[in-house]
Amino acid sequence: MLSLVELILVGLVLTNLVLLGTSRIGLCIRMVAFQGVGLALLPLLGLEALSPEPLVISGATALLKGWIFPLLLFRSLESAHVRAEVEPYVGYSNSLLFGVAALAVSVWLGGRVPVPGPGVPSLLTPVAFFTILVGLFVIVTRRKAVSQVVGYLVLENGIFAFGAVALRKAQLLVEMGILLDVFVAVFVMGIAIFRINREFDHIDADRLASLKE
Amino acid sequence: MSAAVDMNMLGGALLRMAAGLTLCPLLFGVINRVKALFAGRRGQPLLQTYYDLAKLLRKGAVYSGATSWAFGLGPAAGLACCLCALALAPLGGQPGLFSFEGDLFLFAGLYSLGRFLTATAALDTGSSFEGMGASREMQFAVPAELALILGFVALAQATGDYSLAGILGRLDLARWQACGPVLALTAAALFLVLLAETCRIPVDDPNTHLELTMVHEVMVLDHSGPDLAFIVYGQALKMWTLGAVLAGLVIPARGGEASSMLLGAVWGVAGIFGLAVVIGIVESSMARLRLLLVPRLLVGATALSGLALILLLR
Repeated sequence: MLSLVELILVGLVLTNLVLLGTSRIGLCIRMVAFQGVGLALLPLLGLEALSPEPLVISGATALLKGWIFPLLLFRSLESAHVRAEVEPYVGYSNSLLFGVAALAVSVWLGGRVPVPGPGVPSLLTPVAFFTILVGLFVIVTRRKAVSQVVGYLVLENGIFAFGAVALRKAQLLVEMGILLDVFVAVFVMGIAIFRINREFDHIDADRLASLKE
Repeated sequence: MSAAVDMNMLGGALLRMAAGLTLCPLLFGVINRVKALFAGRRGQPLLQTYYDLAKLLRKGAVYSGATSWAFGLGPAAGLACCLCALALAPLGGQPGLFSFEGDLFLFAGLYSLGRFLTATAALDTGSSFEGMGASREMQFAVPAELALILGFVALAQATGDYSLAGILGRLDLARWQACGPVLALTAAALFLVLLAETCRIPVDDPNTHLELTMVHEVMVLDHSGPDLAFIVYGQALKMWTLGAVLAGLVIPARGGEASSMLLGAVWGVAGIFGLAVVIGIVESSMARLRLLLVPRLLVGATALSGLALILLLR
């Protein structure tokens, strides 16, 4: 079981690196969806006996992150006629190098944070930190509103990864709270992207900053 | 007793090296056959590279009046580097002719030296076009080398040994079960390095003769006759050697006795030809990357080996 959890965590790291290195928004959205489905499996793997609560969490997570979010994002891409490129401020190779450095930093950090309980793989904390860092990096360095939403989802995936294995009590409450929160956020951001595009013919967040009354 | 065993080992190593020397041009034939199969053609004969080499060796070389001794040195010394690397490379879990602590770095260094000599020979012609090819090759070499070294360090860390033969000798099924993700990441990184080092498709197209897309082909444009044969043969040897290392990593078929020694060698050779088939499939199923994307791919390979190392060190 533990090795399966580790496999998912390594997959999380790899998808993060793809997110940093690819130029296609569609691929980014798919990668986040993969992450979501992989993460949805995590709470199930730590169990001894099957009980309804984790099943509900996993099902809801897989449904939301693997199906509804990509659907919403692809729809807003379509309705806003966005070009398929990410258009970053920091180049792809440099982003990848940042990824490696961030991984090293999060491993160092993860070594200093005590593991939150027995049966938790030691890889979990570094990977969660790394995912959060990558999410922040994507939000900061990508020009388009859609990629920033993707960054937000990655960030949230990092938090979820931590919660999925570490939290044992009141899991349903916390996870459902986070999920609904994210759902509303993505929903609102999708609408906002559409509106922004209709007003200004682009969703370039950089150029919005120079708006004057 | 021990002298007899040593002689046995030496004989085995020489045999394995001879197999590499004779079989390596066949790799190109296998790759071409696979590509022909995908394209629905009959394809050139399997032994075409041997014919080409024989033809080139019978011809004389033409040297431009603008070149110096560095131009003539490039191909010969480049081939020498590839031969040394072959002598270091284990096949099927059995050590190569030479093996010592830290020969990983010599292995990687030999390829750097070979590349340096080829690039110098290209620059020596004084053609700006060849200079462009050399510049591209060196630009790709930086991340590829980093990926190779980091991958080797990760393997050394995973097995606790610092010689190629020791590392590949200690990789068995148990090791794969213990740290499978790490080894898989390293293998993926090494595969990308192999594609870059042997100038295969996502990085460089060996068949292209369009001025703007050539990388390695540009650098060897001015070489002719035996010099060109050395370069082609060196490329084949490089593919064989790197393939042997990668096959040793991926196929954990091991054993110490004489019978399993043969079995290991057979598995190793089978692995190398399997790799050639995979390269053929890759070449038929994708176009080469835009020039700007190649460094990104190789930085990705570096990230993979770096990730493997970090996973081990945590």
